[in-house]
Amino acid sequence: MRLKLVPSETNFDFFKRGVITIGLSAVLAVLSVVAFLTMGLNYGIDFKGGSVIRTATPEPVAVSVYRDVLSGLGLGDYNVTEVVDPAAELTDTNRNAVMIRIEQQSDDAETQNDIIAEVKSALESEIDGISFLQTDSVGAKVSGELVVTGIEAVVLAVLAVLFYIWLRFEWQFSLGAVTALVHDVVLTIGVFSVFQIEFNLSIIAAILTIVGYSLNDTVVVFDRVRENLRRFKKKPLQEVLNMSINETLSRTVMTSVTTLLALVALYVLGGDVIRGFTFAMIWGVIVGTYSSVFIASPILLRLGVKRDWDKDSGAAGTQFADVDA
Amino acid sequence: MLNFPLWKQALIWIICIAGLVFAMPNVFYTTVEKHNDAVKALAKGAAETPELAAARDAWPDYLPSDLVNLGLDLRGGAHVLVEVNVADVYQDRLDGMWPAVRDILREQKELFGSVRRQEGENELRVRIGNAEAIGQAVEVVKTLTRPVVTLTGAGARDYDVVAEGDEIVLTMSEAERIATDDRTMLQSLEIIRRRVDEAGTREPTIQRQGADRILIQVPGIGSAEELLALIGRTAKLSFNEVVRQVASPDVAPGLGNIIVPSVNEGEGYYVLKRAPVVTGDMLTDAQTQFDQNGQPAVGFTFNPTGARLFGAHTAANVGKLFAIVLDNQVISAPRIQTAILGGSGIITGNFTVEESGQLAILLRAGALPASIKVLERRTIGPELGQDSIDAGKIAAVVAMVAVVVFMVLSYGLFGMFANVALAFNVVLLFALLSTIGATLTLPGIAGIVLTLGMAVDANVLIFERIREELQRGKGPARAIEIGYEKATSAIIDANVTTLIAAVILFLMGSGPVKGFAVTLGLGIVTSVFTAIWVTRLLIAMWLQARKPKTIEV
Repeated sequence: MRLKLVPSETNFDFFKRGVITIGLSAVLAVLSVVAFLTMGLNYGIDFKGGSVIRTATPEPVAVSVYRDVLSGLGLGDYNVTEVVDPAAELTDTNRNAVMIRIEQQSDDAETQNDIIAEVKSALESEIDGISFLQTDSVGAKVSGELVVTGIEAVVLAVLAVLFYIWLRFEWQFSLGAVTALVHDVVLTIGVFSVFQIEFNLSIIAAILTIVGYSLNDTVVVFDRVRENLRRFKKKPLQEVLNMSINETLSRTVMTSVTTLLALVALYVLGGDVIRGFTFAMIWGVIVGTYSSVFIASPILLRLGVKRDWDKDSGAAGTQFADVDA
Repeated sequence: MLNFPLWKQALIWIICIAGLVFAMPNVFYTTVEKHNDAVKALAKGAAETPELAAARDAWPDYLPSDLVNLGLDLRGGAHVLVEVNVADVYQDRLDGMWPAVRDILREQKELFGSVRRQEGENELRVRIGNAEAIGQAVEVVKTLTRPVVTLTGAGARDYDVVAEGDEIVLTMSEAERIATDDRTMLQSLEIIRRRVDEAGTREPTIQRQGADRILIQVPGIGSAEELLALIGRTAKLSFNEVVRQVASPDVAPGLGNIIVPSVNEGEGYYVLKRAPVVTGDMLTDAQTQFDQNGQPAVGFTFNPTGARLFGAHTAANVGKLFAIVLDNQVISAPRIQTAILGGSGIITGNFTVEESGQLAILLRAGALPASIKVLERRTIGPELGQDSIDAGKIAAVVAMVAVVVFMVLSYGLFGMFANVALAFNVVLLFALLSTIGATLTLPGIAGIVLTLGMAVDANVLIFERIREELQRGKGPARAIEIGYEKATSAIIDANVTTLIAAVILFLMGSGPVKGFAVTLGLGIVTSVFTAIWVTRLLIAMWLQARKPKTIEV
């Protein structure tokens, strides 16, 4: 007896509720953009400069104690949060960690060393047994550049992929895949904006991986579409698309589930340092799987495909296409 | 398709076994690390203590000993990005030109009149008494400039000399500025490297980034502040008189003398006069030159005080050796050929161009040549790194178990085949990471865990295809064959796109993100190999052994 997440034969019509699915994505995308414009992102120090200190104490110390110590220092904007990591008990790594974020005071290119030294010594004298797990400090100059590089990286990745798919398929496929990608990226940024999760360098890495993953999914569907278009020359495009999505559905779900299994394990147990990163990935895998079915294919349908692209593959429907890569 | 030629089977197994062998040291990380440290220490000439010998012998020499480097975020340490204010050097250089300009103009005092230096920023401004002769004065000063070799064109000189009323204005030419910036950066890198090496930490990274930045990553150091203090310390350069050369450091040097080791192995030790003739702060410049025979040599220039002292000493000691001592090591001990009176001289020896360049850098490498700005500093405590490793390990094991169980539930025996391939995938990934000396970072661990999930994708694609073919009534062997054949194009396209993202991440990312890109990229390569070849081989062997009439995938 096999575990089957998707029955062997499915015959869903993925375009029947096209208005709803596309509409939902459009609404979410608009909401994401609105959230980004109004609430912005909770940039980490990588992108806006400033300092982060992560402390550890042998016994739990209330955040208010930290605030009391820091309030006397005239730091400008700062905030103190407890690091909550339920899995830390499991892995025996609970260190009662607290994160202190101090904003960059000016547009100074240099890091604010004296402030950190001041904070450290104040905390050391007021809180017994405190140790510093991590201190990061980024000046305004570098953080500005990191933003630019991050955006460049994402745009470059999308363009490179656009080109590759155009090369391997047709421009309509390429446009469909890239729209799905942009959809994924926008929705990911939206989630980070709405929940104000810290947005740092590793999130850019996560977004790029999402780009790769979402494409992976889309390409598998498209590969089947390409094959079926050759086999069934006379079938309407919508039927071919539906058939291809149904045929690959089992695989799409299987792969998403195995990837999600691994990611959830990492999210729960991997520690608080990479939780934001794994969250972005989990969200990206879900959105990416959704978009390859409900965004990329409808766009392909709307754009249409040139059907007589390989005349030499023999009579339609009587022979398998030669798909050696 | 399922009939593998023997050589192909052998090759696949060899790759897998090699993977196992090369990944193995990572299982015994601490032992192998201690072994490597001990071997390195002994090679450097450390005395063989029982501890060192024990550490060395704990891991046999015939086994590979390359390890995956742990990144700063896993090992703890400091990361500092600094910007070198290269412009600091310009004024020093121009100041250095003043005595020469003054002297050459005073030689024709009756023509030019008085010679006075004026205030000026990033320029040397000289007023002469006779404004009429300004044109001639400019020509005279121009004779002091030297040609600069550039890529863009010949004819450029190191200083631009122009007349402004009764003033001569000397500025650095564009070509010389570029050359100077470059030299300043090389010098800063070299000084930083020496300082960090002195601290004896494991595998520091010191890299130039862009035009004027240096990235320094030192694992195991207490904090970024400690690292910056280390870099900021000035080097001690001196020129000492050589008394004699000795083979052992245990000889009594005699009153007022010191014993200093040579930086070159096999040259032994030098007994030097303790009081230096000239010290490094009197050196204004040093660079590669060629002697009259066209051999690479190192030219150097002293400031006026240094020039006077050096001139007096060389005049009195022609034919004797003098030693150039940097941080208590003799870096060179040339023989004085003639009295060196002009404040500049040339060190000849059996140099290659690289060696003379290196020596020039070292000679200039007194203190940091320019001030630095700290753009980024990060300190990661070792506890946090260890926590991350522990958490990462547990997460990876749980992820692995979950994927393995899920695959068996979904595909039965074939799932097992995929799982064996998955295990080899992780092994090969670690083998590759160790052999190329890649650095594993926390996002890198995430990359591996993600690869676990994605690695089975290729097999899922293949198995789903096989299922479809079986449903269409194909026999087992035929169904498997077609399954592989048809899944290939999807696998290739899907993985190439992910690889594109990984490559871009690698090119544009920095630090931990780069580490993630490496594991993701290599993971794609190994997963395609194991998913396509290893499972296929396993399935082919199983088919041959069992010859099943029907199969269930």
